[in-house]
Order: sequence, then structure tokens, then C-alpha cells
Amino acid sequence: MLEIDAVTTTYGAVRALDEVTIGVDEGSITAVLGANGAGKTTLLRTISGLVRPRSGRITAFGRDITRTPTDEIARGGLAHVPEGGGVITELTVEENLRLGALWRRDRADRAAALREVHELFPPLAERGDRAASTLSGGERQMLAIGRALMSRPRLLLLDEPSLGLAPLVTERIMHVLRDLRSRTGLTVVLVEQNARSALSISDRGFVLALGRVVASDDAGTLLADDQLRHAYLGF
Amino acid sequence: MNTIWHLVLNGISSGAVYAALGLSLVIIYRATRVVNFAQPALALISAYLAYATTKATGSYWLGFAVALLAGTLLGVLVERLLIRRVSRRSELSSIIVTLGLLLVLQAVAGMIWSNEPHAFGYAFDFRGRFSATDLFAVSAVLVTAAGVLLLFKFTPLGLRMRAAAFRPEVAKMLGVRVGLMLTAGWGLAALVGSLAGMLAIPPFISPNVLDKVFVFALTAAVLGGLDNPVGTIVGGFALGIGLSCISGLVGPELVPLAALAVLVLVLAVRPSGLFGRTIARRV
Ligand SMILES: Nc1ncnc2c1ncn2[C@@H]1O[C@H](COP(=O)(O)OP(=O)(O)O)[C@@H](O)[C@H]1O
Ligand SMILES: [Mg+2]
Repeated sequence: MLEIDAVTTTYGAVRALDEVTIGVDEGSITAVLGANGAGKTTLLRTISGLVRPRSGRITAFGRDITRTPTDEIARGGLAHVPEGGGVITELTVEENLRLGALWRRDRADRAAALREVHELFPPLAERGDRAASTLSGGERQMLAIGRALMSRPRLLLLDEPSLGLAPLVTERIMHVLRDLRSRTGLTVVLVEQNARSALSISDRGFVLALGRVVASDDAGTLLADDQLRHAYLGF
Repeated sequence: MNTIWHLVLNGISSGAVYAALGLSLVIIYRATRVVNFAQPALALISAYLAYATTKATGSYWLGFAVALLAGTLLGVLVERLLIRRVSRRSELSSIIVTLGLLLVLQAVAGMIWSNEPHAFGYAFDFRGRFSATDLFAVSAVLVTAAGVLLLFKFTPLGLRMRAAAFRPEVAKMLGVRVGLMLTAGWGLAALVGSLAGMLAIPPFISPNVLDKVFVFALTAAVLGGLDNPVGTIVGGFALGIGLSCISGLVGPELVPLAALAVLVLVLAVRPSGLFGRTIARRV
């Protein structure tokens, strides 16, 4: 589904990603963990073409997307919820949602997608006409994820969706993700510092430290590995 | 009392022009943080093409259509060929390029059509108080402005354009062709600008004919908020009425000074415009 093959991304002299190799199976949830500055955000930004890798190859849906423009990758079925959500506060809640599906031709299906997102996150349905700037942190994250789902993506990248949210809201979001995967076969890459809650819904996990993959295994195995948890995951 | 009413009516029709030209500046500023100083020159070239067309065919309206079409095309070309190349460096370099383009296009117009003024016709009868031409100017601007606002607010294209303007990176992640939206914005802005030119230029066209109008339009945009289309339209009409009254009651020689005073005052006291609901966004 998604192959990241020996990808190196640099900012000037900083090697944010150093020969990173990660494979993501179709229909799986993959956690990418690591401390602040480990390179998690850079990994997602490199996948969506927002930054270009210095070397290596990225394949998604069987196509080489290493040099593909971001908007084209999005229209290929990849949705990326950036750190903080990327909600456009100048637009209304519903405009944000509609924006997520605009590139899709099928009008009727766009309307259906909107209904599904409303069902998934009822607060968004009640606040459709309000400016997105009026939403709470949790509602904003719901909006960001809902907007990503509007395009009916095959692959969803999430950058720290639980950042700054109350545990209950985080739990709700994790539940929605797991539920979506089992209902629709959506493939998810979940970047988190909150390793425990991410691993609890993931199939596999990768741990990054200073731009390198330092561990990769089944989520359950990673959760049970005390040494690793103490060294990199902080719980 | 009668004179005041007369001055207000006069101000409304010149204000319509400031509003339209101001709106064309806002469309581009909102998307790129660039004040397009070349806007009057784009309007100028398209008006000269209208002049040539009307002279050749005898039809005012054919010339009018050519101006709007040529204006749109010019806007698209400028964005594609010039702005896109320099905008990645900085906003300042884009602004300098538009300034350079203003001078070049005015010189080119002078070379092709000479610096001498040529007679440039009105759309309709222009005599009397609030003539048919005035009515046309005001309604054309109101219809166009409403069209632009409706486009932004209610169409998928408008939603894409706003998203690309507010958060280009997020828009890209949602599949929006941001570059194309910028091109569309320049085309739309230049279309509105050309309309303003056609309304402002008569009775004579010459390479510098729009200079003063442009300063007033910029003042209107600053007054209304450079990223606030509605504010700028209101600002255009308000400035038109205000300047007309100053001209009639105090003296026409004070008009440029008054405009400058408004410009400086607003920039000093309320840089985001009188209707500055966007202050929060700037910080
Ligand atoms: N735009 C940037 N310019 C320069 N360095 C950056 C930039 N973005 C991130 N970095 C650096 O790259 C490294 C990885 O950052 P990031 O991918 O944001 O990590 P994480 O998301 O895991 O916290 C850090 O050392 C960070 O300082
Ligand atoms: Mg990060």
C-alpha cells in the first residue's frame, strides 16, 4: 500500500530523516512513535510531497509518488491531517468539510460523505454554519479528521491527533479510527507521542529517534517491551 | 442643499470606479499579500485595445468586450510569466516586479498609441446630473462586485480560491490546485480592473490617465481593509462621496491632499482598515 524506501530528508545540515524504510500494509493501522524532534512530522510531510526527500523512494497505491505534487497525491486517495489539524479558521465548519471532497466528481456521493461525517462527529453537524474559529480544540480535530474523510481516502495520515486534547476526546477519536478501518478497510498511518493510546489501536508500530527507525514490530510486542518503552516511548 | 445632493451623486459614480479598482487590488492582495501596482497599466492596455477596436469597427460595445477579455488574459499572463517566477523569493520582489511592469506597460502604451490624449467615448449619454453613463457605472460595478462576492462565497471555485488564499499548504493537501487558483485570481482581478478602467478613462485616454484614480482606489482599499472585499467596496463609495464633497465645498486642488491624509491616517491608526475584522489574523 505504502512503501517508504531508504528515504533521507534534510533541512540544511539537519538530517530529519535518515534512510528511513517503512512498509504499510493495506487495511492496517501503523503507529509511528518517537519523542519530539524525532522526525515524525517530516516523515508525513515527505510522503505528501510537502518537502522533497534528498534520496530514497516513496510508493503509494503501486505508483512512485516521490516527486508527485501534493495536490495530485491528495487526489490519488491520500488524506493528510497535519499537526494541529490545519482547519481553515476563516471558513465555516461546513465549508471546511466540503473542501475535503471538492475534487471528487460524484456530487451525490459527496453529499453522502458529508452525512456520514456528520454521523461520525455529531458536533460538526450542529455547527455547520459557524466559523471554524469558534470550535474547541477537540471539535477542531474532529473537523480536521472529518474533512480528510470527506474525500473517501484509501490512505489516511494523521499527525498527532491527540495533541492537547482531553483523554476522553482522544479515546473517541481512536475509537472512530479503529471502527473506520474495520468497516471500510481504510489504511491509517498514525503519528503520535502518546504511544500507549496509539499502539492500543495499531497493528504495527515504528519508533523513530533522531530521524532513524530504531524499532519496528507488532504493536502488542512494542507495548510489552519494557526496555524500549523506557528508552523511547516514555511510559 | 441642492449642491450637496449633487456632490454626493457625483461622488457615487466616481466612487464606483474606486470601489471596482480597489476590489481588483483586494482579490490579489488577499491571495498573495502583494499590492498589484501594475493593475492600472493592465487596465490601461486593455482600454487602449478597446479604443483601437472601437475606432476600427465603430462599435463601443465590441471595444468594451475586448477590454474585459484582454484584461483577463493580461492578468493571467502576468501571473504565469512573471509573478510565479519571483513570488517564491519574497512578497517584496513581487511588488517590485508589478511596479516595474507598471512603468514598462505605460511606456509601451505611449510608444504604440503616443503620449497624446485620444478621445475615448462614454458608454451612454454623459450629460446632466447622474446621467445614463453614471447609472451604468454604478450598476456595472455593483453587479460585478456582487458577482465576485457570490463567486467567492457560494461556488466551489470560490471556495477553492479562498482556501488557496488563506492556507495554501492545507489547500494543496486537500487536492486544490493552488497555482491554478492564483492564476484564476489574477485573471478575475484584472477583469474587474479593466471594467474600472473603461468607466474611469473617458473622455480622453493617455498613458497616465489612470494614475490618480489608482491612488484613490488604493486609498479605498486601505480604508476598507486590503483583504476585505466588502469593506473595500464600501470604502470606494465613501471615498468617492467624501472627495467629491471636498472638491465642491472646499476646492478641487485639495482632493489629492485629502486622499493622502486619509491614506496616512488609516495606515497609522487602523492598518487593517476601518472594518478591520481581520486584525486577529495578522498577529
Ligand atoms: N522547517 C524546518 N526547518 C529546519 N529544521 C526543521 C524544520 N522542521 C523540522 N526541523 C527539524 O527536523 C527535526 C525533525 O522535526 P519533526 O519532523 O518536526 O519532528 P517531530 O514531528 O517528530 O517532532 C527536528 O530536529 C526539527 O528541529
Ligand atoms: Mg511533529
